[in-house]
Amino acid sequence: MHKDRKYRYILAFIFLVTGVLFFVVLNVCIGSVKISLSDILSNLSGQQSNMTVSRILWNIRLPRTVSVMILGGALALAGYLLQTFFHNPIAGPFVLGISSGAKMVVALVMVFLMGRAVKVTSAAMIIAAFTGAMLSMGFVLLLSRRIKGMSMLVVGGVMIGYICSAVTELVVTFADDADIVNLHNWSQGSFSGMTWENVKVMSVVVFITFVAVFILSKPLSAYQLGEIYAQNMGVNIRLLRVSLVVLSSVLSACVVAFAGPISFVGIATPHLVKKLLGTTKPLCMIPACFLGGSVFCLFCDLLARTMLAPTELSISTVTAVFGAPVVLWIMAKRKKERAV
Amino acid sequence: MAYYFEARQMSVGYQGEPLIRDIEIALEKGEILTLIGPNGAGKSTILKSIAGQLKLLGGAAYLDKEEIAGMSGSQLSQKMAVVFTEKLKTELMTCEDVVATGRYPYTGHFGILSESDYDVVNEAMELVHVTEIKDKDFTKISDGQRQRVMLARAICQEPQIIIMDEPTSYLDVKYKLEFLSVLQNLRSKKGLTVIMSLHELELAKRVSDRILCINGEYVERFGRPEEIFVPGYIEKLFGIETGSFDEENCSMELEKATGEPEVFVIAGGGSGRDVYRSLQRQGIPFITGIIYENDLDYPVAKALAAQVVAAKSFEPVGDELLEAAKEKLSACKKVICCKNVFGSFEKANEELQKFAKAAGKQISGG
Repeated sequence: MHKDRKYRYILAFIFLVTGVLFFVVLNVCIGSVKISLSDILSNLSGQQSNMTVSRILWNIRLPRTVSVMILGGALALAGYLLQTFFHNPIAGPFVLGISSGAKMVVALVMVFLMGRAVKVTSAAMIIAAFTGAMLSMGFVLLLSRRIKGMSMLVVGGVMIGYICSAVTELVVTFADDADIVNLHNWSQGSFSGMTWENVKVMSVVVFITFVAVFILSKPLSAYQLGEIYAQNMGVNIRLLRVSLVVLSSVLSACVVAFAGPISFVGIATPHLVKKLLGTTKPLCMIPACFLGGSVFCLFCDLLARTMLAPTELSISTVTAVFGAPVVLWIMAKRKKERAV
Repeated sequence: MAYYFEARQMSVGYQGEPLIRDIEIALEKGEILTLIGPNGAGKSTILKSIAGQLKLLGGAAYLDKEEIAGMSGSQLSQKMAVVFTEKLKTELMTCEDVVATGRYPYTGHFGILSESDYDVVNEAMELVHVTEIKDKDFTKISDGQRQRVMLARAICQEPQIIIMDEPTSYLDVKYKLEFLSVLQNLRSKKGLTVIMSLHELELAKRVSDRILCINGEYVERFGRPEEIFVPGYIEKLFGIETGSFDEENCSMELEKATGEPEVFVIAGGGSGRDVYRSLQRQGIPFITGIIYENDLDYPVAKALAAQVVAAKSFEPVGDELLEAAKEKLSACKKVICCKNVFGSFEKANEELQKFAKAAGKQISGG
């Protein structure tokens, strides 16, 4: 019994890692300029080759692909943490308005600083996004005290999201012309224009957060059973709850700061991964969710870039097409289970 | 005397509002304490407060002379296990997984179970007979099975004290009995102390070393079962107005039929009980006699009959009593005689039957 499961976990991880590698290669190769595998290999081994190809590879494709991998994983992990925190299968950073809150504060800060011709650093963006994420999270927590039903909480989150988006739109409308193009693209959600500098900052932030989440996997497994039993198992509930709020906000904020709000990855991925693993054990789910989110986002970004090339779709357009059906499936399944 | 578990001046409740005040409990190691009382009296509140789920609003609870509120979560989790009525939230977890969560306080930083942990898990599952459902999904088993899985989970936590809120409510009679004998085994083998609430008074009376009766704002009584189950007390504790409760046998009877008695039942030795109940169901008021006060029929007769002609135990029935019985029988339209053969200590009832025949009463068998 336990052995069977171990095999299943191992197979699932092999599947996910292969998926990541597969899509990384596709993302790097496919685009307006095709890059062959041999080009990549020769570039990576430092041999001199075509300068244009080399530049596209190093300055555009690779940083973008790595960012998608890291941010996709971060989003899925944030979704998993929120679902665990609220005991709600349709929670996620986007539907609960956390992404929109982060977006709002980032937009405010950008317009304010750009108006004064101050360059906005990655770190400042993350801090701004984190502030916004915590703001929304605060409202959602207040709501969750008064509202018990899982769907009502999500409706509340969506409302918070709309308010934040409205404020963002307002700010963007009043911003200088030059800023608007940038802000508009970003506020729709996009992985374009990632630099190595961005990658450096996000990987440090996400890595540290990931380790922190992984360390929490044991108390998380107890928390999943319900707070009453978790407490009896010796879990410091209050500390865990605070950690969950902070960690999921950091992850969502990091994504928003670099790529803007991205929908459905946070909700859908944990469920797909859960199905794949056949367990909800955090010890497996945490790394698997991260990998799953990477695969999901790499796949969606590939489509966003190439489907209507040279026009690029907003990433949320693609994630919604694949993510929303998953959410519907979850809700239909829950209804059926409750009916029985 | 050093008690293993003690509550002193303990006040419990929600949001600073005390529900029950000044609770005093003292238990020795290996004792079973049962909380009884009407619905909503606060049994669950007390249990949750003892388990540290609710903050005490006054006083303190001690485990092995150490204050529970001062213990760390992991320290307490190795000593105390809980089974509450709240459902465990699980997803994609088998029953074995659920039981295994009981090992949580003993596992390392990542919560991975060792072989010896699995031995404890298996042993606990054997004990409450859930081994055969161990691979089933926890959400897809019956309430009774779930309760047993939860008990196995608590057992494999290897606690010294176990707190349970209505642990037997969904169990059928076989498992109720097994459940209690498992508790007694754990008590004798491992010195397990138990604090639980029960609705089944007959079980409470049999398994408990101490009983705590909660009613209103204070603990009404705390004592041994024989001190609690005294005539009239349970009816008072639960405010029983319809029907009656017999503390000695822990059985209950529905409300007696009212009105002029129409039937006289001659019974004794337990032969009349079913007749009494049948008459109650039909709503027919009756008189019964002559019943000795230590007869099996007596408690039921007292609960259901309009009048009972009762004789003192181990004494011959006097003429006076017999005459009184005859008089009452004459007033009834019908007579039911539950006896075919009368023993030598039932001469009075035999004479009563002859008297009824002579008086031309309509007599039917029990």
